Amino acid sequence: MIRNVIACVLLGLPTIAFAAGGGGHIEHVDADISNEASVQRGAKYFVNYCLGCHSAQYVRYNRLAVDLELTEDQLVENLMFTGERPHDTMENAIPSTDSANWFGRTPPDLSLTARARGDDWVYSFLKSFYVDPSKPTGVNNLVLEGASMPHVLWELQGIQKAVYRTDLDAQGSPHEVFDHFELVQPGAMTPEQFDVMAQDLTTFLTYISEPAQLKRQSLGIKVILFLVVLFLFSFLYKKELWKDVH
Amino acid sequence: MSEDVDLSRRHFLGVATAVTGGVGAVFAATPFLASWQPSARAQALGAPVEVDIGKLEPGALLKVEWRGKPVWILRRTDVMLERVRETDAEVRDPASEQPQQPEYARNEYRAIKPEILIVVGSCTHLGCSPIERFDLAPADLGPDWRGGFYCPCHGSKFDLSGRVYKGVPAPLNLPVPPHRYLSDSVILIGSDTGVA
Amino acid sequence: MSRSEHEVGQMAGRREGGFNQWLNKRFPLDSLLREHITEYYASKNLNWWSVFGSLAMVVLVIQIVTGIFLTMSYKPSAAEAFASVEYIMRDVNWGWLIRYMHSTGASMFFIVVYLHMFRSLIYGSYKSPRELIWIFGMFIYLALAAEAFFGYLLPWGQMSYWGAQVIVSLFGAIPVVGESLVEWIRGDYFISDITLNRFFALHVIALPLVLVGLVAVHIMALHEVGSNNPDGVEIKDKKGPDGVPLDGVAFHPYHTAKDLVAFVAFAIVFSAIIFFAPEMGGYFLEHANFEAADPLKTPEHIAPVWYFTPFYAILRAVPDKLGGVILMGSAMILLFFLPWLDRSPVKSIRYRGWMFKTAVALFVVSFFVLGFLGTQPATGAYTIMARVFTIIYFAFFLLMPIYTKLDKTKPVPERVTYHD
Repeated sequence: MIRNVIACVLLGLPTIAFAAGGGGHIEHVDADISNEASVQRGAKYFVNYCLGCHSAQYVRYNRLAVDLELTEDQLVENLMFTGERPHDTMENAIPSTDSANWFGRTPPDLSLTARARGDDWVYSFLKSFYVDPSKPTGVNNLVLEGASMPHVLWELQGIQKAVYRTDLDAQGSPHEVFDHFELVQPGAMTPEQFDVMAQDLTTFLTYISEPAQLKRQSLGIKVILFLVVLFLFSFLYKKELWKDVH
Repeated sequence: MSEDVDLSRRHFLGVATAVTGGVGAVFAATPFLASWQPSARAQALGAPVEVDIGKLEPGALLKVEWRGKPVWILRRTDVMLERVRETDAEVRDPASEQPQQPEYARNEYRAIKPEILIVVGSCTHLGCSPIERFDLAPADLGPDWRGGFYCPCHGSKFDLSGRVYKGVPAPLNLPVPPHRYLSDSVILIGSDTGVA
Repeated sequence: MSRSEHEVGQMAGRREGGFNQWLNKRFPLDSLLREHITEYYASKNLNWWSVFGSLAMVVLVIQIVTGIFLTMSYKPSAAEAFASVEYIMRDVNWGWLIRYMHSTGASMFFIVVYLHMFRSLIYGSYKSPRELIWIFGMFIYLALAAEAFFGYLLPWGQMSYWGAQVIVSLFGAIPVVGESLVEWIRGDYFISDITLNRFFALHVIALPLVLVGLVAVHIMALHEVGSNNPDGVEIKDKKGPDGVPLDGVAFHPYHTAKDLVAFVAFAIVFSAIIFFAPEMGGYFLEHANFEAADPLKTPEHIAPVWYFTPFYAILRAVPDKLGGVILMGSAMILLFFLPWLDRSPVKSIRYRGWMFKTAVALFVVSFFVLGFLGTQPATGAYTIMARVFTIIYFAFFLLMPIYTKLDKTKPVPERVTYHD
């Protein structure tokens, strides 16, 4: 509670817009990293669907185990590839030269993506793949136009197309703007289930972008309470001393 | 100083501020001191290492690195084990009474399996790495030399169990690192519990 | 106290006295303490505006200590810098806290220094006989700006890289030698490993030494003439029979106790930022800087860190490269001349007329608006606004000799005003 209030006060300033490429429509997500179950699910999705091509080179498996409260056995069984050791960092399965050949560029490391782009961006990106036959991957992404990444999650989300409507711009000339997505082929998950999955993945990416944040918030309350006590003592002492001054 | 000053109150507040501030200073210093502890990366690099000794011939020495130090794995022959028994009277700590080895290596041959010697190859004198001298009675080491390790820096001598001879600068036997057998031929060096 | 205890106490005192005597014959510890701490008298009517000087010193110490610890894990090379910062953030024990203290400290340094300068402005602390204190202070500010600029390259993120690119390119505006100068600063044909390495040296050694030296002369000059106060009255003009200014209060314990309160209040704000909003919504740590430097890809929107944005807005307000650089430079340089631009017979805003008060208010507004505009993309209406407020900013200084002279002032009291 206190931490939320403080965070709200501090963030009451206008925030600089994230430098999110492509614009598109950004949906808000509540990526609550204190929701351990969500981060754990996100970790599993990340390992299964992302880590094949992307790395998280600054993240150590054993740090995950500590922060997500997993035993070493759970860690090894659920999150690690064979041949890796708990203190290793999350490297991807394929060499970057291969992936560069396949996709035209090396898939970026995801350790800091949520911090650089923002959690809303990550969430929206995951949900914004749509059919575009002009692309080699058959899909495009509304949040990052021209993304070279294929729609890895299509079996779960299904296939959607972007529906546009015609609007008049400031000069009065008509132009097309994005209106909504339409599911043309359902996936294994309902849209609601897929939203939760995208949220879990976003939450996990937010967590790995700054693992210290779990610790710093709980520690911060103690530090500030301590300083308030010190403030009271020092303030009363100052007042007491200044009684000498007339 | 004015007449309405309550000295005991002033004293109390001064002490309270100083003590709380002092505690705060200690708290504030802690993260800085703790930041010198081995980092997660250092711990990762210093993690236990697995060694396959399946191809290690009797009488051969294998050197591996663990935490930046040489670890020696020597498959001793029956003759070598016999020589270890012969040196009992000439070494400083024949029964391994000093805590230079885990409990499970505190025995006649300082090893879990008698034929496999595992020691950290770093002289207990000043940290040089001794060299293996398995030859019998060479000219430079004298007629009593029954094979072992010789430190070129300051002349310390160790037998084929890594036990230090009397009358040399090194005070202690070569340490046996924590280790365990994952299988007959695979050893984990650096940890005797947990998984690899 | 019993008799024996009394004797023990006396003996201890004698022993200590012996050591003190020995020490002070060789090093003037007691006289230094007296001169600068226990018998340095500052006016009793100093208010909370007066704490920012000590706070700035505290922040300097925080930056030096955390900086030293960061260099223990940081690698000043283009290949390793970004990863080494993440190493500090994740793998080094408490590294995240030390790094956030340093990154937050940088911004807090400017906040504290700007408030300190503002105090000087409203109470006329730069006026005679304190011109040199102000000049030394301005040099501190410039050194601090350079220190911040060099330090900002070190994380080797996208904003680090392109921010350095833009600022270094400013020197290219200088006629004839500009381009060779830029190349000389970078030591390469682009911002590279070589540039990073030399900026590192400047950031961790050269400028800190300059800063500490300047702070020393700033304080020596201050203690020579004495601290100003909110009334702008010279307390040394009225001394008691013991030679102590009648309105003076010993720096220690009175002002130190007050500075301590201010420090703890500062520490609360500082901690709140470090623990709950270290990025401060992208103002203290910019989002794009969490992407490693890429010399081939400029971020879509680049702006300097907030403490430089007022000057950056002035730079962009001019549609000419050299003109912009000159104007931005003068925006800082003009501050040096404040003691001579101000023709008012009084120091403190308390005894000045409406003209000065209005001018200060407009100046503050223009500084904030320019600061905001500097964070925004330079488009149509914003550019016009930037020009308007640039004019106000400069008018504050250039018209100062006129309006401070014309302004009606109130009589200044003989002694400082104080209500206990």
